[in-house]
Amino acid sequence: MTTTTASRVGTADPRAKAKAKNRKRWASARTYISAAVIVIWCLLPAYWMVVTSFRDVGFTYDATPFFSHVTLDNYTTAFSTQMGNHFGQALVNSLIIGTATTVIALLVGVSAAYALARLEFRGKYLVLGFILAASMFPGVALVTPLFQLFTNLDWIGTYQALIIPDISFVLPLTIYILVSFFREMPWELEESARIDGCTKSQAFRKIIMPLAAPGIFTTAILAFISAWNEFLIASQLSNDVTQPVTVAIASFTGSQPHQEPYTAVMAAGTIVTIPLVIMVLIFQRQIVAGLTAGAVK
Amino acid sequence: MSTEPQSGAAAKGEQPRPARDLKRGGRVRTASSEGRWASMLVAPSLIMLAIVIVYPVITAVFTSFQKDPGVDKATGMFVAGGFAGFANYTHWILQQCTATSGGTVPCPPGTLGAQFWSSVGTTFFFTVVTVVLETLIGFGMAVIMARAFRGRGLLRAAVLVPWAIPTAVTAKLFFFIFAFQGIVNKVFGTSILWTGSEWPARWGIVVADVWKTTPFMALLILAGLQIIPGDVYEAAKVDGVTIWQRFVHITLPLVRPALMVAILFRTLDALRMYDLPAIMTGGANNTTTLSILVVQQIRAGFNSAAALSSITFLTIFMVAFIFVRFLGVNAVETTTAIKKGTAK
Repeated sequence: MTTTTASRVGTADPRAKAKAKNRKRWASARTYISAAVIVIWCLLPAYWMVVTSFRDVGFTYDATPFFSHVTLDNYTTAFSTQMGNHFGQALVNSLIIGTATTVIALLVGVSAAYALARLEFRGKYLVLGFILAASMFPGVALVTPLFQLFTNLDWIGTYQALIIPDISFVLPLTIYILVSFFREMPWELEESARIDGCTKSQAFRKIIMPLAAPGIFTTAILAFISAWNEFLIASQLSNDVTQPVTVAIASFTGSQPHQEPYTAVMAAGTIVTIPLVIMVLIFQRQIVAGLTAGAVK
Repeated sequence: MSTEPQSGAAAKGEQPRPARDLKRGGRVRTASSEGRWASMLVAPSLIMLAIVIVYPVITAVFTSFQKDPGVDKATGMFVAGGFAGFANYTHWILQQCTATSGGTVPCPPGTLGAQFWSSVGTTFFFTVVTVVLETLIGFGMAVIMARAFRGRGLLRAAVLVPWAIPTAVTAKLFFFIFAFQGIVNKVFGTSILWTGSEWPARWGIVVADVWKTTPFMALLILAGLQIIPGDVYEAAKVDGVTIWQRFVHITLPLVRPALMVAILFRTLDALRMYDLPAIMTGGANNTTTLSILVVQQIRAGFNSAAALSSITFLTIFMVAFIFVRFLGVNAVETTTAIKKGTAK
């Protein structure tokens, strides 16, 4: 951007050219410095979690900024059930709950998203508005009635008691993201298939689904992450057997009654976070597209 | 896929007219069947949402007008409850607690009922402070991310890390960072009991929330910045417009719709804040948000918990309404605008 002014002035006066060049260099240095500050600010707490997770429990509060007193003990402690923690089980639970929620939300949501993105029908904006409102619905408004309902059904401590509430926010999210992905697809292909004699549902299954797969995959990742991260509802509707990792980590107990087992908690936190961070880094572009879907384009 | 070249030939080649007519005619003729097809596709989602959201909410509203079952003071008999009118609501809003002798008295300090207005205050404090900070910092981040420079990929990846960490883990992490012997006190040479008193605890929670959610804000604002065509800036620059004027008169108005939607999302999210204060302080030292209060009340009486969750829901709904009605945020329309742009 500065080049236009720089070159124009520069042809007349070499000193101004040098000045403009300097200013440009200074501007790019500022960009790099700001970028570095942001990267450090975003990564530092996460880095501290990883460093602490590998640190001997006796040096929990050691302020050495790099890896020191390295040990794997905390990871063993995290998985140990001796103190009444069920972290291993909780990991399995989170996988079950997250997968089930994601699969259900996708199975149900894909067709709705297709209709909302593609078809004109009365009440369409009402449905869109309802789904948008549902995605912002406070979980706390569900937890009271569901606690009562599931207690009556004797469902506390079952997986469905955790999957059903998760659907309340994962399904709207799924539809919302899918709608914006579907709107950007080359739908002329569907028309062509229709002209060639495909039925609507054939065109949907044979032409649209394969094209939509990347968007659906990204949506699945985002849906899974949001179910995986849920805490409020799970903390009330689960027990020791069904609790997901978020609840397990929040209620982690150590060998000393009033002492937080920080290093073990950081190890557990690292285990829970690493898969998500890897996924996010691999699918960064698609995830950003999905996250900002609908808000703007 | 294999049908594509054939149909392309059919549409472009020998008979372009009939193909297009068929398309157009078909659309008009099948308008009602398209509607039926659409409702069939949408129905499962709507039914499911009705089961998981609408039904519980109606139950909650119904329960909130019920009396707690218990022993009737006058007769000494056990009664099942019955219609309570707005008693469960006035319990919170007007601070009317049931006295042991029957009748109502102002809620004694320390009870859950007495914490209502302070938790409303806390909730709005967190909402205003975090949303303002996240908007300002997020805007700054977005402006940097929008620039073209080498290593931009690293920046965008780094920004996603706080977003990907579960809030429960973030809470534990910052609980550790703000521990008495923790790194914050060590680095700054302070000896503050961060989670032990009101303002340090509040600011600790604010810092954790800002760290966790600013990246999300930044990405939404960045998406808004990227739709501004670069030649607008070029033209302004040629006309000698200053950086500040460019920001106020070009960037802000053009990014406003995206920015407002981002602020709306974050505000509604902040109003239901639970994880961070619940794990970092357990709601102690005036960090009890409305969500925490509801959860604490669940085991102390369903009916007033239901009333409180309805109050929370209505508060959030009202804030959303104000945003949409008076600040002109239209999330639905922003999405439909995309459609109009791309579907042609």
